[in-house]
Amino acid sequence: MDDLTTMTAAELAAAVAAGSVSAAEVTQAHLDRITAVDGAVRAFLHVNGEDALAQARAVDRKRAAGEPLGALAGVPVAVKDLFTTIGSPATCGSKILEGWYPPYESTITGRLREAGAILIGKTNMDEFAMGSSTENSGYGPSHNPWDLDRVPGGSSGGSAAAVAAYEAPLALGTDTGGSIRQPAAVCGIVGAKPTYGGSSRYGVVAFASSLDTPGPFGRTVLDAALLHEAMSGHDPMDSTSIDAPVPPVVAAARHGDVAGLRIGVVTDLSGEGYQPGVMSRFTEAIEVLESLGAKVTELSCPHFKYALPAYYLIAPSECSSNLARFDGMRYGLRTGTGSAEEIMAETRAAGFGAEVKRRIMLGTYALSSGYYDAYYGKAQQVRTLIIQDFEAAFGQVDVLVSPVTPTTAFRIGERADDPMAMYLADLCTIPSNLAGNAAISVPCGLADEDGLPVGLQVMAPPLADDRLYRVGAAVEAAFTTRWGHPLLTEAKGLIRS
Amino acid sequence: MTVTYEEALQSYEPLFGLETHVELGTTTKMFCGCLTAFGAEPNTHVCPICLGLPGSLPVVNRRSIEFAIRIGLALNCSIASWCRFARKNYFYPDMPKNFQISQYDEPLCTDGYLDVLVGGSTIRVGIERVHLEEDTGKSLHVGGATGRIQGAEYSLVDYNRAGIPLVEIVTKPVPGTGYLAPEVAKAYVTELRDVLRTLGVSDVRMEEGSMRCDVNTSLSVLGSGVWGTRTETKNVNSLRSVERAVRSEIERQAFVLDSGGRIIQETRHFHEDTGVTTSGRSKEEAQDYRYFPEPDLVPVAPDPAWVTEIGKTLPELPSARRARLIESWSLSELEFEALRNAGALDAVEATVAAGASPADARKWWLGELARKANDAGVDVSELPITPAQVARVAELVESGALNDKLARQVIDGVLDGEGTPDEVVAERGLAVVSDDSALLAAIDEAIAANAEVADKIRNGKVAAAGALVGAVMKTTGGKADAPRVRELILERLA
Repeated sequence: MDDLTTMTAAELAAAVAAGSVSAAEVTQAHLDRITAVDGAVRAFLHVNGEDALAQARAVDRKRAAGEPLGALAGVPVAVKDLFTTIGSPATCGSKILEGWYPPYESTITGRLREAGAILIGKTNMDEFAMGSSTENSGYGPSHNPWDLDRVPGGSSGGSAAAVAAYEAPLALGTDTGGSIRQPAAVCGIVGAKPTYGGSSRYGVVAFASSLDTPGPFGRTVLDAALLHEAMSGHDPMDSTSIDAPVPPVVAAARHGDVAGLRIGVVTDLSGEGYQPGVMSRFTEAIEVLESLGAKVTELSCPHFKYALPAYYLIAPSECSSNLARFDGMRYGLRTGTGSAEEIMAETRAAGFGAEVKRRIMLGTYALSSGYYDAYYGKAQQVRTLIIQDFEAAFGQVDVLVSPVTPTTAFRIGERADDPMAMYLADLCTIPSNLAGNAAISVPCGLADEDGLPVGLQVMAPPLADDRLYRVGAAVEAAFTTRWGHPLLTEAKGLIRS
Repeated sequence: MTVTYEEALQSYEPLFGLETHVELGTTTKMFCGCLTAFGAEPNTHVCPICLGLPGSLPVVNRRSIEFAIRIGLALNCSIASWCRFARKNYFYPDMPKNFQISQYDEPLCTDGYLDVLVGGSTIRVGIERVHLEEDTGKSLHVGGATGRIQGAEYSLVDYNRAGIPLVEIVTKPVPGTGYLAPEVAKAYVTELRDVLRTLGVSDVRMEEGSMRCDVNTSLSVLGSGVWGTRTETKNVNSLRSVERAVRSEIERQAFVLDSGGRIIQETRHFHEDTGVTTSGRSKEEAQDYRYFPEPDLVPVAPDPAWVTEIGKTLPELPSARRARLIESWSLSELEFEALRNAGALDAVEATVAAGASPADARKWWLGELARKANDAGVDVSELPITPAQVARVAELVESGALNDKLARQVIDGVLDGEGTPDEVVAERGLAVVSDDSALLAAIDEAIAANAEVADKIRNGKVAAAGALVGAVMKTTGGKADAPRVRELILERLA
């Protein structure tokens, strides 16, 4: 039998359902793997251990009793530490929430429990999802399994690293400006940002409410689709949740086919600042798609160049308000004595990291009386123009493609003192957050100059998430055939025994 | 040194406006399923949403939108076909999220009016807007001298109130009321309270804080046409205080201006005990609330058909009722105001509905019953007697079975819990003696005992009969029908 930790989620679910392996064995194997490698990877902030085994035994009892099992029965899922789950802490990577145990369950983790998934632990992240490397975590960075000296991307870097390091076959992340797709790309795995409103935000601690989108990580396109489908669907607890059927992503992932599909290459997402090795792999991916029968055209989205500045007004504005509640009055860290005002100020000064403070100040400024129109208001207008760019593009093609991020994984510390360089990591991913459409990152090879993974971004119109998986599965199949093995088996940071 | 109200009005024209917060009487809170009931143990009607726990999200209570639309329609407002909630950002421990979900530049209802009756004439108060927002928690500051956060040893916060739906009803500035400004302000709040109560959208209890007013006041030098700086007076939490706050602020501002000072734009606090306002926060220290559209909520777009439907279910509003009652009861507006101010409108109308004449109903409720209520320190509507019972008393008087004196005793009996009017009449034996033969014995006795009076009557001095009537009433214990006694005496001595 294969090592249980190298099996895909689809294989594990089938094996557990068939009774050839127990959920407890699957869970134990992953806990053992975490014990073995997480000292080096540092993907997890909290491992559920006994609790995960208890969840697994419950699945095994259900199976023994002949009860119907969910789609993910017995499959471990790592959870970004900003989902609320009963029984484990939720720090959001921040010292200000150290020790806080949420008293309620997020809609998505609740659905995963229903589907039989085993919530194996909480993963590291940039503090409150602000960052592209996990270096902004209050608990130290995670490490990229391809090269432990490099970042796993972010903000959902812990989740991406956990999946890439075989500590879990699946993981949950959130994507506000690229926080799923960019770490997926630099860790050589699959990560998707569903349509905004397609996955519930209830119980997902907010960074920027109008952009935050929970989504899946997996080592294969089908695995990501399985998690995508299990976590999605209308939630009456989230007003912005869309009341529409979940796009058929699993069916699409099983039938990768791009023959006749119209694919648009966004010319604006290339050029200066893009690593040559990234562009080579991207070009190669387009050739693969063409060889599979896709009709590829180039087109321009002229307002995408304003996406990054607009994002850095909208996201900080919303975060400055969302993070106001962390004041030491009701939960989490409290420092200082004196008046309520002094305690609030001291708690926030002590509890938040530099990047969070920077964004709170940016947002506070952008929303201030006299500046609102010039900053927040103008950024919202840009947002409308970007939505219109997408609408025009999707009038001509079925999906858009671009690199996921301009470079491969950078070294830990390399950009830590240069926020602008860090912000550029999200250049290609931000437009889909501003527009609320769906996008995915699929591995498309290793950059020649550093041997590190590169991701292909596919973007689809809102609620057409299935197209991402259709294209993703086709690309994955073609490349796997060409390479003779899955890309991740080449990861050198963690040699598997 | 002070300026009296009369002196102030000789030099200045007052302008005022009101912002009224009203807690809506929905069963559950505005964005979650917690109960809104008043008076529960602290922090028992709370959940992750109204506590603003990380990750929680609001979902709008449809009923709160419906209630706000009812209010908007009753105040003759336009109802927005599309509007949004906004976040009002400021830090305070009783605000779970350190922002309040409110409405800013896109209120649900705009541009209406409310007619109020003052001193027999109608004054139209413009309504700027009606918007929805969530209430905050309630702080209790312990250990300080003032009950304010400054100087307190510690503070306790009760979040039961956090998230209860509020509407804020903002008037346009009300000009031209002159001397009557404080009275008009009070009449507006009174009328608004009656409208809200009639709509059934709030229990509008100012003493429990379910209706709270802020009063804006400014002065203009008579004839100058230029409005001065306005102040906003908070904590105005009774009808009487509304009147006093406007009046006191007019006097204060007049004094400042007369002394060569200037009015600063500021928040002032009204003190119920002293009836004066003191300085709060000034404009210079004013907060920048950094309003922006609430990204966790989708816009509110009430279906016009739904709004029309709500409009059809509005009850008869106080102004329509006023017109109807004035007409059908043949009242003057002043008489109507007297009834309304006594809080007896519902009772009188129900008494008329139960068969009494409007005149009788008004007589009992404004007279005997108003006195009893006053003695007991309660509203007339709270007296333990029903309009139907009052109508029965009036009927008994009308038929001659009771006279006024006996009727008052019957009312006493009902109020004392002795039963229905008929039961009290039976129990206390209060029926008028209507049997002539029983009366004649008493009359003969009275004539015999008052021979001189009897002679005067025989000689045509009919007015003297009163003394004999009194004597007969005395011997019958007040149970005789006085007009009949008089008739019989005059027959006897004819």
